[in-house]
Amino acid sequence: MATATTTHPAPRGTCPFAPPPAYQQAAQDAPVSKVALWDGTPCWLVTRHQDARDLLADPRFSADAARPGFPFLSAAARHIGAGKTSFIRMDDPEHGRLRRMLTGDFTIRKTAALRPAVQQVADELFERMTAGRTEADLVAEFALPLPSLVICLLLGVPYEDHAFFQRCSRTLLSRDSPIEEVAAAQQELTEYLDALTDHKRTHPDDGILSRLAARGELPTEEIGAMGRLLLIAGHETTANMTALSVLALLRHPDQLARLRADPGGTPAAVEELLRWLSIVQSGVTRVAIEDAEIGGVLIRAGEGVICQVNTANRDERRYPDGDALDLARDTRRHLAFGFGVHQCLGQPLARLELEIALDTLLRRLPGLRLAVPFEEIRFRHEMTVYGVETLPVAW
Amino acid sequence: MIVHVDPDRCCGAGQCVLAAPEVFDQRDEDGTVVLLDARPPAALVREVADAVAACPGGAIRLEEGAPR
Repeated sequence: MATATTTHPAPRGTCPFAPPPAYQQAAQDAPVSKVALWDGTPCWLVTRHQDARDLLADPRFSADAARPGFPFLSAAARHIGAGKTSFIRMDDPEHGRLRRMLTGDFTIRKTAALRPAVQQVADELFERMTAGRTEADLVAEFALPLPSLVICLLLGVPYEDHAFFQRCSRTLLSRDSPIEEVAAAQQELTEYLDALTDHKRTHPDDGILSRLAARGELPTEEIGAMGRLLLIAGHETTANMTALSVLALLRHPDQLARLRADPGGTPAAVEELLRWLSIVQSGVTRVAIEDAEIGGVLIRAGEGVICQVNTANRDERRYPDGDALDLARDTRRHLAFGFGVHQCLGQPLARLELEIALDTLLRRLPGLRLAVPFEEIRFRHEMTVYGVETLPVAW
Repeated sequence: MIVHVDPDRCCGAGQCVLAAPEVFDQRDEDGTVVLLDARPPAALVREVADAVAACPGGAIRLEEGAPR
């Protein structure tokens, strides 16, 4: 590969909701182009919607981090990739074998049945946050504990340990984390979940960890790795989407008014917010295991690729005026949950949680507003998953 | 329109059920696709086409055929 001129990650521009201008420019001029990673390694960047879809559905591109040339987006990511990461970093058939042990827990029907339980969690958090008060940090008091409580319930992980695994999760997903902290967080979380899994073998409950242990097919370390994956994914994604969605709507009063005027409009609003925010800002990484052409560009076996989901989801060819947040638009085929066989396993749960979170907050707090100037909000530029550090709101 | 599904390629993401719940369902055990109606009525052409396009595993295929 020739020398790359653009870096990954590139900085965002003046709008904190928009993808990096360099990548949006690439989507116009050179949709499959080269970038330099943190350590100087060259990597392909795929920025358009159709190209990203083609690539993510193509078995010639591997998700296996052990393959030569697999791109790591930080020193922290390289360290994690060298450890046990379960099926997110495997290819079929092994990926499919492990994933199918969990897909039954996240079907549309199973997830819909969770609605009353998730609503109850949201109601309790809402009451606690609002009782006798007019201000709160929405991240700490609602957006993060909601998915955290729900994934703990599903996995059978005691929520009282949440400070511990929320800290580990944050360390593991920050590209600025020092390697020794990453290694420690990974080891602590591994030991915690392995011990919990062993405990479930003798003290079974209704949770996913217990059910995986009861199958008797998997060693503790594999169940622990699956638990780690679900725990981290369950925390970082919905929590950040919830807070960022509320902020985005507060900054677009016309769209917020439209949503409030339409009691059934939340599911469509969630889809547009997923598309527009595309919070997996790191992109999705793969390595070519055979020569393959994407968007007319030849990618050779052993070369790394990043699918930049946030630019793909604003591609004008698929979403006219894609930079505009428009709750009325056709959002079908957005790639916020990825594409191909690795597409987000927990997406029905994420949708349910987002729907309930937005309905609970926006419909019960008609006066919801930012409690600080917008310019003071700190965005999570260094994280795999984009979001805000805190969201001080008043009502 | 005749619908074919390949459960071996299904990754259980449930996109088909969201797009066309009259035509697709998921197995409770592993979330893989269950075809409810292999010859859906013409009124569901758009929904079924959406399911094909949304399927992340490429597990749904359409064959030309007279509508029911």
